[in-house]
Parts: sequence; C-alpha cells; structure tokens
Amino acid sequence: MIYFFSCIAVGLCLTMILPLYRCLMGPTVLDRLVGVNAIGSKTVVLLLLIGYLYGRVDMFVDIALAYAFLNFVAVLAASRYFHKRKGLYEESFME
Amino acid sequence: MMHIIINILSVFCLLTGLIFFIGGAVGIMRMPDFYSRLHPAGKLDTLGIFTMVAGLVIYNFHHLSLGVVLLSIKMFLIVFFVFLASPTATHSIVDAGMRAGLRPWTKKKEKE
Repeated sequence: MIYFFSCIAVGLCLTMILPLYRCLMGPTVLDRLVGVNAIGSKTVVLLLLIGYLYGRVDMFVDIALAYAFLNFVAVLAASRYFHKRKGLYEESFME
Repeated sequence: MMHIIINILSVFCLLTGLIFFIGGAVGIMRMPDFYSRLHPAGKLDTLGIFTMVAGLVIYNFHHLSLGVVLLSIKMFLIVFFVFLASPTATHSIVDAGMRAGLRPWTKKKEKE
C-alpha cells in the first residue's frame, strides 16, 4: 500500500507540469496566478501523501493546513494588487 | 476480509481524485481564455482534493482509536477550508480581471 501511495505521489508531481507551463508561459499575469493556485491545491494532497510515506501523518496534516491557508492568502493578496493595473487586455495579444 | 475492502475503497478514491486532477490540469492548458481557464481550475481541483482526502481517511480506518478519529476529523477540516477558500479565490481573480479591463474571449469573425 505504501508503494501505491508513492506511485500516486509521482502521478501528482507529473500532473503539476501542466499548470507549471501555464505559470511560465501565461499570456497575462492573472493566468500565472491561476497556475499557482492549481499547483498549490495539488501540493496539499502531496503533503498528506508524504506524511503517510514517512509514517508521521499527525504532523503533516498541520503542515498541509498551513499550506492551504498560505495559498489562499497569497492568491487574495495578489489579485487585490492587480486590480489597479491597466493594459492587461493589450498584453494578452502580445504573443 | 475487512482490510481488503478498505484497501479497495481507498485505491478507488485515490485513482478517481487523480483523474479529476489530471482533467483540471488539461483544462487549464487547453482552454482559450483566461475566464474559461478558471472554470476547470475552480471546480475540478476542489473535487479532486475532496476525493483524495476521502481515500486517505478511509485508509486510516485500519486501526481505530481516538487519535486516528481526531486525525480524520482534522483532514476533513482541510477539505472544509478548501471548499470555502477555493471559490473565494476564484471570484477574487475574476474580479481583478474585470476591473483591469480584460475582455472575455469571443469567437473571431471570419475575414472579409
């Protein structure tokens, strides 16, 4: 069963590549923000799986909760910051 | 016998959650617009977290004690928080895009 958990963890890491592409190549800033949010929500499950692999789930649950909260606050703060930025519409056609 | 049933349920939930996550990632890659990219990002990631954490909680039930039950409740508190936080974050990103003047994608007209 531990072997199966490590296989699921590797699959999650491979799934993270697609939003990472959106982070690096996204046409606008908000696209990068969406990619970061998607990667963060996968990382929460990955932390729980790492806790099972090490046999210390009680510790890693707290770390996962803190990571989810940090991800939420970061996305809120960044989107509040990009409110005032004009010219995102032209930037999306610059490719 | 009980162990086999618990293992099968846990494996089924984990694989279903992984399929949801892969669907969300492909949707983020292939959607044409920023606003339509938010649709798989907001929905499929939330459901993927719920299904995968449910699979891990089912695996917890191998040896039942008070600490394990408290651990399961804590893991479902993460899911509850994500269910509250993920739509809020998505709404906030959409609001930032609308106020910054980002127009939604429309089908391009054919050239004359």
